[in-house]
Amino acid sequence: MNNNDSLWDIFYKGLFDQNPIFRLALSLCPALAVTSTAINALAMGLSVMFVITANNTVISLFRRWVNPKVRVPVYITSIATIVTVVQLVLEAYFPELFRALSIYLALIVVFAIILARAEVFAAKNTVVPSFFDGLGMGTGFAGAMVLIGVIRELFGAGTIFGLEVFGAGYDPILIMILPPGGFILIGLMIGAFNIYSARQAKIGAARAKACTACAQGSEA
Amino acid sequence: MGEYFTLFMGAVIVNNFVLTRFLGLCIFFGVSKNLNASIGMGMAVTSVMTLSSILAWIVYNYVLHPYGLTFLTTAVFVVLVASFVQLLEMIIKKHAPALYGMWGIYLVLIATNCIVLGVPLLNAESNFGFVKSIVFAIGSGAGFALAIILMASLREKLQYADVPKSLEGLGIAFVLAGMLALSFMGFSGMIPL
Repeated sequence: MNNNDSLWDIFYKGLFDQNPIFRLALSLCPALAVTSTAINALAMGLSVMFVITANNTVISLFRRWVNPKVRVPVYITSIATIVTVVQLVLEAYFPELFRALSIYLALIVVFAIILARAEVFAAKNTVVPSFFDGLGMGTGFAGAMVLIGVIRELFGAGTIFGLEVFGAGYDPILIMILPPGGFILIGLMIGAFNIYSARQAKIGAARAKACTACAQGSEA
Repeated sequence: MGEYFTLFMGAVIVNNFVLTRFLGLCIFFGVSKNLNASIGMGMAVTSVMTLSSILAWIVYNYVLHPYGLTFLTTAVFVVLVASFVQLLEMIIKKHAPALYGMWGIYLVLIATNCIVLGVPLLNAESNFGFVKSIVFAIGSGAGFALAIILMASLREKLQYADVPKSLEGLGIAFVLAGMLALSFMGFSGMIPL
């Protein structure tokens, strides 16, 4: 990682350019299972955000003392400890959410994205950038989760976070909160994300071209 | 006997791990481009999952539960499963190099995977007995194998289709998985849970 990158850049890249759900297709397992309502998606997103940020911080703190040969077991143990903390906190204060997320909460341990950030970023950087890298990736993840959750709940039940939106006469599209709807929605959203990125790239290219043209024009 | 059969069929088709529980999606989408690879993956996952659930069952019922350490389940299971798969890889590499040539790559991929970890966790959560745990693990593995083989067959055909550019690759794979999940929904209600 380049030292010139500001903390904002480190944070921001997790939101769009390398958004963990749409861009890297990592850690997809949970994204669908718990997104049938917005509140579950938010809880899952925040849990992952906490785990990834805390783990990045811990790994970067201890990076000098971890022998590269045993680094993966060390990362896994660290992640498992933090996940256990999240599980216990949720079980104590939000038992309903804990039940709704069930084993998917425990499965945060094996999310490729968390291990990948520890390996790619936190193991090579100091604490502050690692913290912001985790925060950015976590926010990107949580944002994408909530977006999917809101869309599924809106069309599948006519509500957002439990609040009625379409009124009593709305006939819910039940498939949206069922597993197949989740798959299809994510597929279409990946498509939409691709179109958006392609358009951004085109605008960027056109702007660069226009600038060379205007520069040449002024010279002539 | 009937109870075990219901549990098995439930895990294979009604509560298919991939299509209704969303477990193992990373390998489901990663390895389903090629039919032969997906058959190998399905077999590897089934056998690793069965062996690791046996191991996890023993640890859970003889160590974690009697000593009141169930809050450590997540941490213990992930270390247990990951190290078991590593060990299995070493043993196969040493004693059955031909088998390793065929399966080695899949073993590396499933060392820390949500589907292999998910089954022991579900077994522990539902308090399944020893035989039930094994039946559930085999059923879940068979369900995973069924889903990934179906998906690979579909994706091999899909290569000749004219897919919109933005949906190429992962996008259309998800839509396809949605269709597959929709057809599996037809089984729901077949077995009362």
